[in-house]
Amino acid sequence: MKTFTNTLLLLLLLCLSFGAHAAEQVELQKANINPNDKASLLRGAKHFVTYCLGCHSAKYMRYLRIALDEHVDEKTVLRDIAPEGASIYDQLKSAMNKHDAEKWFGTQPPDLSLISRSRGPDWLYSYLKSYYVDASRPFGVNNLVFPDTAMPNPLWQQQGEQHAEIRKTIWGGHTELELVKPGVLSEHEFDRMVNDLVNFLDYVGEPEKVNRESLGKFVLLFLLVFTVIAYLLKKEYWRDIH
Amino acid sequence: MKLNRFAQSGNWILDRFPLAQLWNDHMAHYYAPKNFNIWYFFGSLALLVMVNQFATGILLTMNYKPDAKLAFDSVEYIMRDVNWGWLIRYMHSTGASAFFIVVYLHMFRGIMYGSFKQPRELIWIFGMLIFVCLMAEAFMGYLLPWGQMSYWGAQVIISLFSAIPVIGDDLSLWVRGDYVVSDATLNRFFAFHVIAVPLVLVMLVFMHIVALHEVGSNNPDGIDIKKLKDVNGIPLDGIPFHPYYTVKDLFGVGVFLIFFTTVIFYMPEMGGYFLEHANFIPADPMKTPEHIAPVWYFTPFYAILRAIPDKFAGVIGMGGAIVVLFLLPWLDRNPVRSIRYRGGLYKKALLLFIISFVSLGYLGTQPATPTATLFARIFTAVYFGFFLLMPLYTRWEKTKPVPKRVTDHHSLLEDIEEQLPLIIEEMTELKPDRPEIGDAAFRGSFYSRRAKLGGVRHVATRLANSIKKSLD
Amino acid sequence: MNIEGVDKSKRQFLTTALTVVGAVGTGYLAVPFLAQMQPSVKAMAAGAPVTVDISKMETGQLLRVEWRGKPVWVLNRTQAVLDTLKSLDNELSDPRSEKSSQPESSKNPYRSIKPEILVAVGLCTHLGCSPTFRPEIAPHDLGERWKGGFFCPCHGSWFDLAGRVYSGVPAPTNLEIPPYRYITDTQIIIGESAGDKSA
Repeated sequence: MKTFTNTLLLLLLLCLSFGAHAAEQVELQKANINPNDKASLLRGAKHFVTYCLGCHSAKYMRYLRIALDEHVDEKTVLRDIAPEGASIYDQLKSAMNKHDAEKWFGTQPPDLSLISRSRGPDWLYSYLKSYYVDASRPFGVNNLVFPDTAMPNPLWQQQGEQHAEIRKTIWGGHTELELVKPGVLSEHEFDRMVNDLVNFLDYVGEPEKVNRESLGKFVLLFLLVFTVIAYLLKKEYWRDIH
Repeated sequence: MKLNRFAQSGNWILDRFPLAQLWNDHMAHYYAPKNFNIWYFFGSLALLVMVNQFATGILLTMNYKPDAKLAFDSVEYIMRDVNWGWLIRYMHSTGASAFFIVVYLHMFRGIMYGSFKQPRELIWIFGMLIFVCLMAEAFMGYLLPWGQMSYWGAQVIISLFSAIPVIGDDLSLWVRGDYVVSDATLNRFFAFHVIAVPLVLVMLVFMHIVALHEVGSNNPDGIDIKKLKDVNGIPLDGIPFHPYYTVKDLFGVGVFLIFFTTVIFYMPEMGGYFLEHANFIPADPMKTPEHIAPVWYFTPFYAILRAIPDKFAGVIGMGGAIVVLFLLPWLDRNPVRSIRYRGGLYKKALLLFIISFVSLGYLGTQPATPTATLFARIFTAVYFGFFLLMPLYTRWEKTKPVPKRVTDHHSLLEDIEEQLPLIIEEMTELKPDRPEIGDAAFRGSFYSRRAKLGGVRHVATRLANSIKKSLD
Repeated sequence: MNIEGVDKSKRQFLTTALTVVGAVGTGYLAVPFLAQMQPSVKAMAAGAPVTVDISKMETGQLLRVEWRGKPVWVLNRTQAVLDTLKSLDNELSDPRSEKSSQPESSKNPYRSIKPEILVAVGLCTHLGCSPTFRPEIAPHDLGERWKGGFFCPCHGSWFDLAGRVYSGVPAPTNLEIPPYRYITDTQIIIGESAGDKSA
């Protein structure tokens, strides 16, 4: 018994020591992800094509898929979302070539098809909102969530300019961002825009998600019926033995 | 007349193939102990998962491209453009983790009830070979999506071979077929994953079952049921596998599939444990991810590797952790099989082993901080202590008398059915609802259940006592 | 074991119920397993309509374009060929294209929207080889009866220059005419039928 309690204590200690370790990162803001919000996804798609597709592709996604999943007419997608001259079967490919990208940013902008699955929507949401003015960087901005990021703020016109303020508290210093020069959009409108964009990226990460989850209900219901009958049958046969 | 023809063609086959005999030997007249409990589901479930892996794996190869330039794209192609490709892929990726869950529980059952002991040593050895094959299969399969974790995981594990003195560097070069993990590595891993290892696996599973049916199944009491037979030569405590265990296993399959499909349809990444987040980034030989960890089922062994501060010794430790499992039938010197009749010393040792195995598994997923490494060392020592000190402490333990016949235990489900209302009754009490709400006429006639402090304390002490008792 | 007093009908009922439920489940599971071998979205994207510019075609010229991975012929026929076509009816197995596959707009003796421009899938209706284009009249190897047409080298089927099959050859029906329409006078889109008016 003594050994048992001792081990439990050790385990508790262990958990505490790791909990402390995890708290060092910047706290992420929560994105409101709703793959069923058709309007938000379509707005997000439009924002993606307007502000991201110049440099980033989403090469595993087709315009057709957007039309099918969101029950929008193919022509509407081509007219409202896709760039001029795209076919409905086209993938969301960027027009920028790799050599230019290397020259301008020192790195190739990654494909964004799966960015939400590798980084998570909250990270993307916080990242896009955490740019601040920093004269020491090549593009004059830095990011709180992704320090020394190679990407200039693509949404600076919409957001405006933020400054970083270091606040001292008893827990140590932490940085807060303050809007010093308002952009075209109000803070609320900008939040919604970024959220739509992240919602779209999350959808692009796994377009099948809504379908998958709605199918799951039927499969589980079916298996429940199967299991109940199997249990009754087992019980019936095992009356021979008990 | 029609029926006659049918019977005739049936006989034509039976005259040439011992179908009826096979059925009788392995199903209808195979006598299994009647006291199997929940732990005995995992063997048949492992078989089910293997069939799942084969079926979905074959379908995946139809669209997957084992080429460093195309592999990542082809996986996303399966996930998006191929009809139902996402389902097939999730069934395969979830199946890999489910395989290990089921096999770990199956192995633990063997340790708990002494199923590896005489005369079942060979079954255990075949089982361990299956486990090793499975690890190879999982490791090589994990390279195929060609994501960051696939790439760097393979890089790290193949580099382990280079720790072997003299031939190490040449060996790891030979395994990779290149100076780094590359297209050549991917292609050969594909060949091994899809053809070579599965063939060996199927043969081993066949031998595992043949060996089992030769000596008969063990049971939770660890009693040899063949010692007591009736006039017809049928074990008194045995029942035909079919229909009794086939219907029981079908129920087990149903319950398992409920869990399995819940993961597939609602949490296919399992919070990054079944599909790691970094693996959604294509492999980049120029950049290692910040934190690399193997998939959860390798983490206990990975933690042992990291705990040992020497490259070669670490590799030996990691390999040794698996080798000692092979030796289990000869390390355990106690003739009593089942944990039910073993001494307190062994029970406590087993508990420590479980705690260390699970903790090592957790530590393997975490970054190697100094505290984590310290704990990993302690648990590594416990892990090896459990096995290597076994020849000593298994002789000292005071075992309990083993009964002649199997005992009749309640099943877990029946226990819950019976005990739960009593426990709830003890821990709560009915009290009149707050008098200030509701109409005056009904005041005091509504009751609600509230927790009863004394009752809760009583149940908790009883639980603690029964745990303590079960360890003696 | 105690086998007396077993409720056989209950046992039978539950066994049947479980078998039925299990069979239904297996059936549903088979759907994705089989469907995943159907053409994927990528294959469908490759089957997108193809636009062909015929403004630079000379009379008598044959263009080969790929549509859904199949060869599609666009042939600019001379007036002499069109005249010959009318005289062949007796030698053909389906001169009026009753049994053959073509859009309604091409169900005429020339099997085309505009008489001189033939659009046809260049795969023999016998076993799918691509016939060769033999416009010459009575060549040495094909004999006197040959009035110009398509000859399938695999099993020797004969087609005239409207893709109509001769009688007495292995191919059962005329060459397939794909859905197509004119966007302008000199531009054909293959894969969209004449009824479609989408951009």
